[in-house]
Amino acid sequence: MWFKLWQCVVKEFKLLFRDIGGLITLFIMPVILVVVVTSIQDSTYQSFSASKIPVLWIDHDQDSISLHVKKELEASQSFSLISTQNNKEVTEATAKELVFKGKYQMAIVIPKNLTSDLNIKVRQNVDGILDEMGMSTSTYDPVEVEKKEIRLYFDPATQAAFKNGIKSNIDKMVAQLESDAIYKTFETQLGGSSSTSFNDTFISFKEIVPQEKNADIVPNSVQHNVPAWTLFAIFFIMVPLSINIVKEKNQGTYLRLISSPTSNSILYLGKIITYLVICLLQFYTILLIAKVVFPYMNLPELNLSFNKIALMSALTLTAGLAAIGMAILLGIVSKTQEQSAPFGATFVIILAAVGGVWIPVFAMSQVMQIASKASPMNWALNGYYDIILRNGSLIDIIPEMILLTLFFVVFTTCALLYDKKKRTV
Amino acid sequence: MQSIIKIQNISKQYKGADFQSLNNVVLNIPQQSVFGLLGPNGAGKTTLISILCGIIQPTLGSYEINGISNKNTSSIKNIIGVVPQEYALYPTLTAYENLMYFGSLYNVSKADLKAKIPEFLIHLGLENFMHKKIQTFSGGMKRRVNLIAGILHNPKVLFLDEPTVGVDVQSRATIIDYLKLLNQQGTTIVYTSHLMAEAQDFCTDIAIIDQGSVFVQGTPKELIENVPNANSLEEVFIELTGKKLRDVV
Repeated sequence: MWFKLWQCVVKEFKLLFRDIGGLITLFIMPVILVVVVTSIQDSTYQSFSASKIPVLWIDHDQDSISLHVKKELEASQSFSLISTQNNKEVTEATAKELVFKGKYQMAIVIPKNLTSDLNIKVRQNVDGILDEMGMSTSTYDPVEVEKKEIRLYFDPATQAAFKNGIKSNIDKMVAQLESDAIYKTFETQLGGSSSTSFNDTFISFKEIVPQEKNADIVPNSVQHNVPAWTLFAIFFIMVPLSINIVKEKNQGTYLRLISSPTSNSILYLGKIITYLVICLLQFYTILLIAKVVFPYMNLPELNLSFNKIALMSALTLTAGLAAIGMAILLGIVSKTQEQSAPFGATFVIILAAVGGVWIPVFAMSQVMQIASKASPMNWALNGYYDIILRNGSLIDIIPEMILLTLFFVVFTTCALLYDKKKRTV
Repeated sequence: MQSIIKIQNISKQYKGADFQSLNNVVLNIPQQSVFGLLGPNGAGKTTLISILCGIIQPTLGSYEINGISNKNTSSIKNIIGVVPQEYALYPTLTAYENLMYFGSLYNVSKADLKAKIPEFLIHLGLENFMHKKIQTFSGGMKRRVNLIAGILHNPKVLFLDEPTVGVDVQSRATIIDYLKLLNQQGTTIVYTSHLMAEAQDFCTDIAIIDQGSVFVQGTPKELIENVPNANSLEEVFIELTGKKLRDVV
């Protein structure tokens, strides 16, 4: 039995390693994918600090509020404010045209008299309150002040998340300026000391993250992309493994196999062992790239302890089992390679999308969030996150490992039952 | 002569088919015979061989091979060899690697395989191609390796589905000569072919099957004698099955 099983494994390895296209699909493509995607995501992440987004700045106020907003935006290091085009002041009409054509991502228009009108409005409001309290110190006729709006123009192609981020930042700045003006007016009216600062924020935020060796585990693009694209590679074995099974059927070798005294379980065990080894090799290859190559590309290095690598290896094996289960079912059900290969590839992409490889699950719609819970790629990705980001132990990833193994058992059983039924008709 | 294969009232109707591929077939195949199962396309030859090899199950009926009932197909599989019509080999593996793999599936030990494979390859003129990939072989060479893969475990009964189709004259002669040698050494051969001259020369017994039923059974000589004006097996075949084309899809 062991000699048979050994021969089955040897045969599968030889078939695989003599198929250059298959090897490229299994090893080279995932490595390219993880390097490219991590570089893109990392540079996007760095762009907020490294490269600045050009923004058209039309300032009709030219007073303290617009100067403050301008100063804050420039201080954020994310934007470079542009006020002139071809040595001419940019007008609102020009800005609108340029932004809507996609030449700039956004334009900010500060209305005329924003500072003076805000101060008048605030003073009137404060006087009104003090009047009601019998504490008014000044008398003058109220002036009708128009409401002001800061106009924002966005390139239609700009993502909603970016727009919302900008809007909330400007909103926060304006709110702070308004409250400052109110405090200052009260202060002036009540004859208080200007040395008292109202600008200091009483409530602040502190992000508490998991720690390892007394150091914060700070999430970076590598920690997402390495496990995510390793999983993508692992599940991509659906393509070569299902093709392997379909080829056997079409080459006639299947007839020889099923007419031999060797049980189906040994034949498939040979494939399972081989492809599990491949899954581990894929995992270690990508890990090695992340450890050795990424630092040379100015990407964050993936630092993992031996314990974490051991846990990730165990999880990789169960993820590999889930992928193999699907591949066996696909291979047995498909009649031709033309059926199995495109279906397998497309299905993996769908599983990856639903599983949160591309977009985090929390950012998906409610329906898709529920659907993602049914994706084995999501179970495995959560398991990896538990290990890398949440400092999880074996206990934490056991639920995911059980789910992935059950998935394999169900799919393989269905495949073998289907195969048996097909032969009895 | 004692029968090694006893087929009792086997019928087979595939799911969804509106006709029976095999209809109450009764057949006894003598031990150490070269038994030719002849018939036009779609006659039921491959279905019958697939049932005897345990690849598919009969709808009705039963059979025995060397006294083992079809209820025990795993035991039957140990004593039979199968040479399918297709090249049942892995193209990217060498001849040696293919034979090592298929031999192991038939419970042949590693030591036996290491000794036997070169011997078989020498017998069939392939010793210089032992470590060449199958994808580089000609049709005739593939057929010979296909044959070796079916006999590495010295089966008592060897099923061959058109073993010489599409090969050159020399390869055909080598294959037939080797099969004759195996038969002399005690292997019963059950063989299907469309090559009537080859069957007439090679087979000791023949059954002609058409539309799922066995028409006649006997030695080639008996079959020729029983049909008036027939001088060859091909004429007997045409007389019994007609000239109507039997294209199947």
